[in-house]
Amino acid sequence: MKKNLGILGILLVVFVATAIGNSNFLTAYNMFNLLERASLYGIIGIGVAFVIITGGIDLSIGSLIGLVATLLPFLVLDLSLPLAVGLIAIFALSLCVGLTHGVLITRLKLQPFVVTLCGLMIYRGIARWVVSDKTMGYGNEVFSGLKVLVGNMSQLPGMSGVSWAKHVPVAFLILLVLGVISSVFLNKTIYGRYLLALGRNEQAARFSGINTSLMIVLAYVICSLISGFGGLLFALDYGSIQPDSFGNFYELYAIAAAVLGGCSLRGGEGSIVGIILGAALMRLLMNSISMLGIDDQLEPAVIGIVILLGVIVDELVKRFAARRRAIKQAREVGA
Amino acid sequence: MNASDNAPLLVVEGVTKRFPGVTALDKVSLSVSKGEVLALIGENGAGKSTLMKILAGVQRPDEGAIRVDGRDVSLDSVQSAQASGIALIHQELNLSGNLSVAANMFLGREPLRFGLIDTHKIQQEAALLLERVGLDVSPETIVDALSIGQQQLVEIARALSVDARVLIMDEPTSSLSQHETERLMEVVKDLRSRGVSIIYISHRLGEVKELADRVTVFRDGKNAGDLQRDEINHDRMVRLMVGRDISQFYARTPHQPGDIALEVQGLRSSSHPACELNFRVRAHEIVGIAGLVGAGRTELLEVLFGVEEAASGTVSIGGREVALRSPLDAIQAGVALVPENRKQQGIILEMSVRTNIGLAGLRQHRKKAGFLNQGQEARDVATMIERLRIKTPDEHQVTQYLSGGNQQKVVLGKWLAIEPKVLLLDEPTRGIDVGAKQEIYRLMDELAKKGVAILFVSSEMEEILGMSDRTLVMHEGRITGELLRDQLSEEAVMQLATGRLEAVAS
Repeated sequence: MKKNLGILGILLVVFVATAIGNSNFLTAYNMFNLLERASLYGIIGIGVAFVIITGGIDLSIGSLIGLVATLLPFLVLDLSLPLAVGLIAIFALSLCVGLTHGVLITRLKLQPFVVTLCGLMIYRGIARWVVSDKTMGYGNEVFSGLKVLVGNMSQLPGMSGVSWAKHVPVAFLILLVLGVISSVFLNKTIYGRYLLALGRNEQAARFSGINTSLMIVLAYVICSLISGFGGLLFALDYGSIQPDSFGNFYELYAIAAAVLGGCSLRGGEGSIVGIILGAALMRLLMNSISMLGIDDQLEPAVIGIVILLGVIVDELVKRFAARRRAIKQAREVGA
Repeated sequence: MNASDNAPLLVVEGVTKRFPGVTALDKVSLSVSKGEVLALIGENGAGKSTLMKILAGVQRPDEGAIRVDGRDVSLDSVQSAQASGIALIHQELNLSGNLSVAANMFLGREPLRFGLIDTHKIQQEAALLLERVGLDVSPETIVDALSIGQQQLVEIARALSVDARVLIMDEPTSSLSQHETERLMEVVKDLRSRGVSIIYISHRLGEVKELADRVTVFRDGKNAGDLQRDEINHDRMVRLMVGRDISQFYARTPHQPGDIALEVQGLRSSSHPACELNFRVRAHEIVGIAGLVGAGRTELLEVLFGVEEAASGTVSIGGREVALRSPLDAIQAGVALVPENRKQQGIILEMSVRTNIGLAGLRQHRKKAGFLNQGQEARDVATMIERLRIKTPDEHQVTQYLSGGNQQKVVLGKWLAIEPKVLLLDEPTRGIDVGAKQEIYRLMDELAKKGVAILFVSSEMEEILGMSDRTLVMHEGRITGELLRDQLSEEAVMQLATGRLEAVAS
């Protein structure tokens, strides 16, 4: 929790600085967009957190998002399949992707980095090939029902009269629900405990009677399913999809959000609140860069520097705490 | 011949070393003369390794003096220790398996020619040194291709190449075969006759008796006594090491064996597929498995715990044949394993005492939909901490800050919480202090009394002799003999363990 306070602090500082620097920052329009995009990044961040907690990594998220976003209009518009069939197909695909990753990693003992790096290339290639790099759109009215997912909350049933509802994106609600479920799963169920334990020390967990392979497969399935769902939301939000680039780098943003939020890439730790804050900070930084008139080209560099600083400070704090503990222990022994 | 008349070459005086929570060395002293073999013995945790690390320049003492040739030296790095002529041969070998023998011997101080490594010179010098230790391999051989015994000799050759005058050997024979051990002893005797001083650390009292000119005994980080050449015998060494009557230390109460709890028939492990294993362990019984490192003891326990699948054969628990494909299968059949490698397999170092103890019992603490019954877990863990007297500030303490003995109790606590029928222990007291050791022995006895069948692997002869109702001795994957309590002696075990004699397993 202390760790989350640190990132919350940075978030507030950037927020206030941007608000002072540009009066347009606090407009309802900008706030809504910021909250929506931050929510979408938060959702895929939660997905990758499950994998990172096991000590693994998923580099294929962005490509999977691109593939899902391309396939749905392809199935529904080009092949004239019913929307329900299209939706089932993309979720089944996401499930299979996660299952394949998990099985390759646990049964064949391949490294997660390698497996998902290949996934990154494969899914991108398929997405481009299926539609011959054609731009796909979500303008057709078949998708208008789904658009509620990226609208504001006043469009939800029974919410039309509520005054604040039209300022709050539905994606934010989805993020909250997903966050609560994930948090409860990780902290209150035995399966969450299994994931944390095996992420720290898989051998000891297996020696304690935990079916570690099954749990790792589960983590990759959850990650891919959430990525697929996130892909759908991103697609609906952007409306127009370039198969060769849509979703590029999203996996890295998701991983960065998880790391900022206190996940160790060594596995075994992670807080959902931290990840949501991490995603919010990433998105806020992107917004602030354009709001404050910093050159657009510098955006990745600024984000990289902020993440690096965050990790450095975190490491220093940890060392300081360790030294204090050693001194305290030495004193107790002396006494 | 009698080297002890000479002025001592290396003197350690009043050395103290403290670690957070423990005084590892408390004003210890020892000395070794030119061309003398000093055996340093003591139980695990007696402080031998700490002193060796100090002499090798890996750690620095808090107090005390170290003198070489009568001059005070400060050993603040491995380089300065080497410059003083002290070389340590680690228990775990420090060779890079992917490099050649010669490359390993000159690692970090390669002679250069035109800025490149002078391979020719390295090989020439390596060949000479290999000849000195009687190792007949080419200097170009990749280290991974050598047996452990040969690697040990490479380490010794490396030490000689830096002109070591004092050679410290930490349990050099713990993973050697009988033949390799004999070879090593010859090398040690040869070095002694050339005037090299040797500090020989070993648990094998037979070896100590054969080699040592003098014995220094450590106990609980203090000097416990010295024995001159003519005083060295088994009983004296043990008495100094343990510091009390052995029968009290190993708290055994006689139990009537009950029903067969574990039965192994025609079992072949994948590590030794040619050897068929047959044996039984009854409830209330404590059965020890003795043997050299590499005899297949750990592999046997891993098969019984479902870590490695058996190549063939059957295992029955409580009269029912069980398929052991994973630790989960074994646990559900009532088998628990306290593994040898505690920090990697036994506990999750970075997690709390509570999480660790609760880990195996999570399934029992499950409520509907997989929710964890935290109240029940907390109560069980509290009971276990009290019952095992685990010294921890509270249940949330991260286990890596506990002492080795308390960590081992956490592993035991994890298993006792699910009440196993068969408890497998692999080197249960490795690296823990004497007090905790005694408590673990007491606990083993108490569990046997309650009807648990205990099968334990140990490389410590005293532990085997003190704790087992029955001992199975293994050699190169086979059970070469079974010794009942009244047949048990160090000689009998060693003969079977080295394959010199094979009794008919009953």
